[in-house]
Amino acid sequence: MSINTKIVDDLVANDISFVTTVPCKQLAGVIDEIDARPGVLHVPSNKEDEGMGLCAGAWMGGKRPAIIMQNTAIGVTINTLATLIQYYRMPLPMLISYRGELREPVACQVEMALHTKALLAQMNIPTYHFHTQSDADELNEILKYTFMCNKPVAILTDANFWGGYGDQ
Amino acid sequence: MIRSEILKDIAPILRDQLVVCNIGLPSQELHMIDDQPTNFYMLGTMGLSSSIGFGLALAQDKKVISIDGDGSVLTNFGTLPTIANNVADNYILLIIDNGSYGSTGDQPTYAGKKTSLTEVARACGCENVVEVAAKDTGKALQAALDGDQMTIIVSKCESGNIKVPVITMDPVVIRDRFMKSVQA
Repeated sequence: MSINTKIVDDLVANDISFVTTVPCKQLAGVIDEIDARPGVLHVPSNKEDEGMGLCAGAWMGGKRPAIIMQNTAIGVTINTLATLIQYYRMPLPMLISYRGELREPVACQVEMALHTKALLAQMNIPTYHFHTQSDADELNEILKYTFMCNKPVAILTDANFWGGYGDQ
Repeated sequence: MIRSEILKDIAPILRDQLVVCNIGLPSQELHMIDDQPTNFYMLGTMGLSSSIGFGLALAQDKKVISIDGDGSVLTNFGTLPTIANNVADNYILLIIDNGSYGSTGDQPTYAGKKTSLTEVARACGCENVVEVAAKDTGKALQAALDGDQMTIIVSKCESGNIKVPVITMDPVVIRDRFMKSVQA
């Protein structure tokens, strides 16, 4: 089974039926797989804070949401995480492409990578880092944990996890 | 008419509907005029009223009204293409456009200058956009509720604020009673 199929199987097994995305090359296969599942409504968003608003509404409407984005979005969404997702106590799994880690070809991506875990820690957001594919074995439990505690939870997936970034 | 007068005018129409209300004075005014468990008050996160309401509309069948402001739509412009391209016919976006950032002291917005949110919404692909004078907001809102088509209403009004108390209700209480109303 491909890692993309495994990830989306875990989302579906945890009743996630609303996914918003701001795309990433590393997560392109996951997004394609989501589009292939009729039980999951995929609504692309233009910015990650907008996507979190969509997820908040979807959850209040009875659908379990998830957001797919890059780690640069942590810089975009701090206020939304604090004053919407955390303040109203809402669950939100964030499947994040962790750009700027080992095997990263673009130097600028390293700049936000350096801040990513510190920002998540400062926000008291439970954070899991997938570096090798077997790390994804925990995804099912991470999703259960997210909807148990009604918190945003970050799942950082780096280039090594995806087998390199693109052709690099 | 100013925003609080529009809210007072449309409160009887809003009463039985799921309403997501914009941060700051709009939520405080609606809360003071007619607090309902079907109202989701935003206490923070400027710009996301339309997104929260739209996510809610996509997730279930009841009608949803997002009350937004011109300044907040300008903050989250990306919302309009998303709404246009994922049509939910149970969704109404009511933009109360007073051409100013009311909650922060009535500084002018670009919507009060050259930028027409009505035309922007149409350019983004929204198919049913109506611009009305403040006094006709209730009529337009009722027509949108009676129809089964996603509608964007831009209600042009004067800027100005009234004195209102802040909302002290706990956010989790607001959210919990709102979710129970959604499920009812």
